[in-house]
Amino acid sequence: MITDDDVIIVDEMRRDLSVAERFWLPEIARGLSVTIRHLFKFNKRVTVQYPEIRREPRLQEDLTDPRKQINASRYRGVHRLNRDAQDRVACVACFMCATACPAHCIHIVAGEAPWPDREKYPVQFDIDELRCIYCGMCEEACPVDAIELTYEYDLVGTSRQEMIFDKDKLLEVFDRTVHLKPRKNPKITGYAGTGRPIGGPQRPLGDQS
Amino acid sequence: MVEFFKTQLAFSAALMLVVIAAMMGTVAYSIYFERRIAGWIQDRHGPNRVGFFRLFGNFHFWGLGQPIADGLKFFLKEDIIPARVDRPLYLLAPVIVFLVALIGFAVIPWGGVVDLDGDGAWDVHCQVANPDIGLLYLLGVGAMGVYGAVLGGWASNNKYSLYGGIRAAAQMLSYEVPMGLAILVVVVTTGQLRLEGIVLSQMGPGNCWNILVHPLAFIVLLTTQFAETNRTPFDLAEAEQELVGGFHTEYSSMKFALFFLAEYTHIITNSAFIAVLFLGGWHLPFIPGLQAGDTSIGAMMFKMLVLGIKIVALIFFYMWVRWTIPRFRFDQLMRLAWKGLVPVSMGLASLAALMVYWRVPAGTIVAKVVIGMLGNGVVLAVVVAVLVVTRGKVTGRQLSMPQIGLLAPAKPGPPSPRGSAS
Repeated sequence: MITDDDVIIVDEMRRDLSVAERFWLPEIARGLSVTIRHLFKFNKRVTVQYPEIRREPRLQEDLTDPRKQINASRYRGVHRLNRDAQDRVACVACFMCATACPAHCIHIVAGEAPWPDREKYPVQFDIDELRCIYCGMCEEACPVDAIELTYEYDLVGTSRQEMIFDKDKLLEVFDRTVHLKPRKNPKITGYAGTGRPIGGPQRPLGDQS
Repeated sequence: MVEFFKTQLAFSAALMLVVIAAMMGTVAYSIYFERRIAGWIQDRHGPNRVGFFRLFGNFHFWGLGQPIADGLKFFLKEDIIPARVDRPLYLLAPVIVFLVALIGFAVIPWGGVVDLDGDGAWDVHCQVANPDIGLLYLLGVGAMGVYGAVLGGWASNNKYSLYGGIRAAAQMLSYEVPMGLAILVVVVTTGQLRLEGIVLSQMGPGNCWNILVHPLAFIVLLTTQFAETNRTPFDLAEAEQELVGGFHTEYSSMKFALFFLAEYTHIITNSAFIAVLFLGGWHLPFIPGLQAGDTSIGAMMFKMLVLGIKIVALIFFYMWVRWTIPRFRFDQLMRLAWKGLVPVSMGLASLAALMVYWRVPAGTIVAKVVIGMLGNGVVLAVVVAVLVVTRGKVTGRQLSMPQIGLLAPAKPGPPSPRGSAS
């Protein structure tokens, strides 16, 4: 909690300006010296030259330079559907995410699960990535931590249809991101086993092949 | 026929073409460099993508194609003339502002006297026009620039445009005064209005650049030129945060581009103006080829290059200041002009007059510089003394406004844990 003692009031107006400040020229010279120093910091630019240089996703504990790296555990990019220990889709088709979604971009068709440990599973699970606002509320709503947002941000396609990700595509995203973003809480439902071991098919970010 | 090409008229015409072409290129690329410098100062890169159709693979040429793309964009944009504008004036304003910025260049002395055929028979001036009243012409033409802003603001039938135009007019009127006085320093010292003569008076035995003798006048002139060109910190006429776009809010496409180009043309003209008045024009001391007696064509090229470098340095300074100092509030602007620059420049003009009266210009360089510096020191001391004595705050607003909120005098009550700030 913020107490009165924590508040620092910057009260410039109480202070009269000094003679040098009212003369302006010394202060202007000071300002110019600051800007010229920044002008020559050629290798310390903050802009990332995007297509050639990409921010590299890292595990939270490996983060060293937040300008050049993305915290893979926290970024809200493309969705994925998690697999459980038996490589099945972890989703139980409860519709919590579709209900929570403010953009109404999740469409689920539920069916009776072929497996004994749950009642339903998603026959069809589509996310319209163009409609999605990447707020992360689906991830928060999910009771079995099956849907998660990943660190992938360069999402491109040539048609609207292509940007509607179905179940297979979302599982693919899981396969290629799980090594940098492991399943959050694989034991939460008791039936999901211990999660998928690290070391699935991997490929570097940005490799579109 | 060959003789015709050695006359001043033909040479002026040729020079005019060269200067206009060079100006257009410089304007386009100064917009590019403005954006690059803005980026660098803010730890960004600035526009570095637009190359030349990938003619050279993936190499972008540091974005040097950007001005071409920008120009193309301006031409292709829809040209909107809003309903109920004052049509003739609306169309005239960008023309005036651009034309006026451009024709000031006619009297800038680029390279002194040139002897085209080497025998001294046909000497021409490397200058489009060399009138006796060159300085007055430049002042008159420069002040005309505000007509474009005022007419554009008035004709647009938009209150923000009108505010912009009025601000431009008020600012121009205020800053003409110290500018005239600062220029008077040079005029009194050199005794003439011919720009070529002013350049020549800054070289040779016993003479030096005016900036060494009158540094404060240089600073005053530089400041007023910032105001004259509507550059930050004096860009109140187009203050985006307050007036949408200022006097050119309602302009689009090439008409807007003309306002935009005129601003940069104005900067280049004014930089050349300052360079001629205070920085010796095309002259550099001790370097052969840049003295009054050098009249070969090669020397002319060298002189043009030197003046060009001085202009570019001043343009860079304009941009550097733009990305350093925030915009003035209007009362601060007026206070600076009328309570700061006008008295100071009056003192400087008197100083220059006294120096002429005591025949200081006839002395050696050292005596001249020392006396000039002493005089400037006196003016500076008076300014500092006034600042010390008055102890005034910088703005009128802080004094006249009732204190509110946290700044109000403490009401009687439980003592604050922070104690009283002082």
